[in-house]
Amino acid sequence: MLDFDILFPSVLNGITTGAVYALIALGLTLIYGVLHIINFAHGAALMVALYGVFFLKEKLGIDPYWALPIMVPAMFVLGYALQRGVINRASHGKDENILLVTLGISIVLENLALILFQSDTRTIETAYTLNTVAIGPAMIALPKLVAFGGALVVSALLLLIVQKTDLGRAIRAVSKEKQGARLMGIDVDHVYAMCYGLGLACLGAAACFLLPAYYVNPQVGSGFVLVAFTIVVLGGMGSFSGALLGGLLIGVVESVGGLLLGESLGQIGIFVIFIAVLLLRPQGMFGARA
Amino acid sequence: MKDLRAIAVFVVLVGLIPFFTNSGVTLNFVMTALYACLLSQAWNVLGGFGGQFSFGHALFFGTGAYAQAIAQMQWGVNPWLALPLAMAFSAAVGGFVGAASFRYGLKGSYFALVTLACAEVFRIVAVTVPFTGAGVGLMLPLQESAANMQFGSRAGFVWLMLGLVTLALLVTSWLKHSRFGAYLQAVRDNEDAARAVGVNPLRVKLAATVISAALMGAGGAFYVQVFQYIDPGIAFGAHTSVEALVGAIVGGLGTLWGPVLGAICLHILADLTRNLFGALPGINMVIYGCVLIFIVMLLPRGIAGLGRYNPLRRKAAAATTTGEPRA
Repeated sequence: MLDFDILFPSVLNGITTGAVYALIALGLTLIYGVLHIINFAHGAALMVALYGVFFLKEKLGIDPYWALPIMVPAMFVLGYALQRGVINRASHGKDENILLVTLGISIVLENLALILFQSDTRTIETAYTLNTVAIGPAMIALPKLVAFGGALVVSALLLLIVQKTDLGRAIRAVSKEKQGARLMGIDVDHVYAMCYGLGLACLGAAACFLLPAYYVNPQVGSGFVLVAFTIVVLGGMGSFSGALLGGLLIGVVESVGGLLLGESLGQIGIFVIFIAVLLLRPQGMFGARA
Repeated sequence: MKDLRAIAVFVVLVGLIPFFTNSGVTLNFVMTALYACLLSQAWNVLGGFGGQFSFGHALFFGTGAYAQAIAQMQWGVNPWLALPLAMAFSAAVGGFVGAASFRYGLKGSYFALVTLACAEVFRIVAVTVPFTGAGVGLMLPLQESAANMQFGSRAGFVWLMLGLVTLALLVTSWLKHSRFGAYLQAVRDNEDAARAVGVNPLRVKLAATVISAALMGAGGAFYVQVFQYIDPGIAFGAHTSVEALVGAIVGGLGTLWGPVLGAICLHILADLTRNLFGALPGINMVIYGCVLIFIVMLLPRGIAGLGRYNPLRRKAAAATTTGEPRA
């Protein structure tokens, strides 16, 4: 049997990674819950945010954590513009169209990055990249611990926005009953764009927390996108608590799966969960039955 | 009948091209354009006529490609026999994925996600297991002879590909005119209504997936014969899925000639950009992505829809769609 001293760090590691996964999935689930679309451009948007953080550090010397107040609003604006300018305009009120347009956006973004930055994998060096913190028998990298805390704080903020503000009330109204909300004077297109913007703003935060311990290349998003979809499906489409728990769970599965089966096969665990959940329980752990 | 005549004219016209030119560049262009037509037409069977959007058709392409290579290299099967075998393997994978998804009522974006994830699982497996050559891939030994499906000139490949495209066109025309095709389109337009009049949606969608997968598998097998090499990234990567889907959507979904038109237009566009920008990696895909967005935005019925352009009808259609709730 596996030793506790090996299993415990692996689980802890999985939880810290899972928190960032959860942050990415939160954006996805927010967009799904309100717009009822699956945002295929989510991974590509994360890639854009990671490049943003990378160049802020490399060109301007801004620490990834100080980049938060820049990246979060920047990604929000990008999201708002994409939804209002491209996605909404191309949808013609049909779900399939949105599916195809977000796929188109992700293809364009990923390959533009390939043209502009080549396929090189890039990393950044910070003073704290290699620092570790001891928790019981485990040594956890400091950036991962910060990412864990940061992901929880951002999730709490998002929840606060959706539950307590006027915008949140409008978002919930639109997600429940679009026509009714429109009749009450809510600008539905604006709320849609705000949601898409908030979803991408989560990615901006995720990128700032990720990069000190991670890397960026043009394909980096596609690795996350299926993981994020898995989490959203597992947690139940549109459920915040589901996305949080699902994220932590998937992080642990990936970490322990990698320990038992080796890196490349360990990833299969995630896809197997994904396909199994889609087939057997598409409403997820917390989603209402369709 | 009209469709069959048009297909016959198309076959004769394209089939005669190798008699008029020996230029490798021209023949290569014709061959790759036909290849793009086959992929788009294969996607069109399921996506256009069946309304099930797959984002992972590379799954069937890669299965066909690996089956073709492995059958020859490890089982010693003649390539002409390996081709139907490869199609059968792809069809079987299509049957499995289709049965699993449709049995549980997955549709729309869920189906797109499952196909995407399945292609990714196959890619990871192909990288890991030894009989696919793992990450290195498989290299088909060079044995140039028609009996080995390795033709000395491009003309042979053009005719072979033309044969496969003709098969795809005949299948599509059958979908347009047969009872089964009518069932399939009924399920696409309104599944509940179709079920109410006695159509079995599960069986119809499953059959469409199998047909679509078999055609896609033929494309994979052809790829292996021409380039004599396959690796997990080429076989199951997103590129092939996107190429198949964009061609069909740009041309016009659920039509006989739309995907052919779309694939050829995109192919010319890709060739032009290659000449303009050189071999910049990714530039093709940027163009494909932009074209996809603009077509969805401006021409939801694709290029083939242009012929039926009627401003009055379009306005009426717009009025009805905006009246409907989106969800």
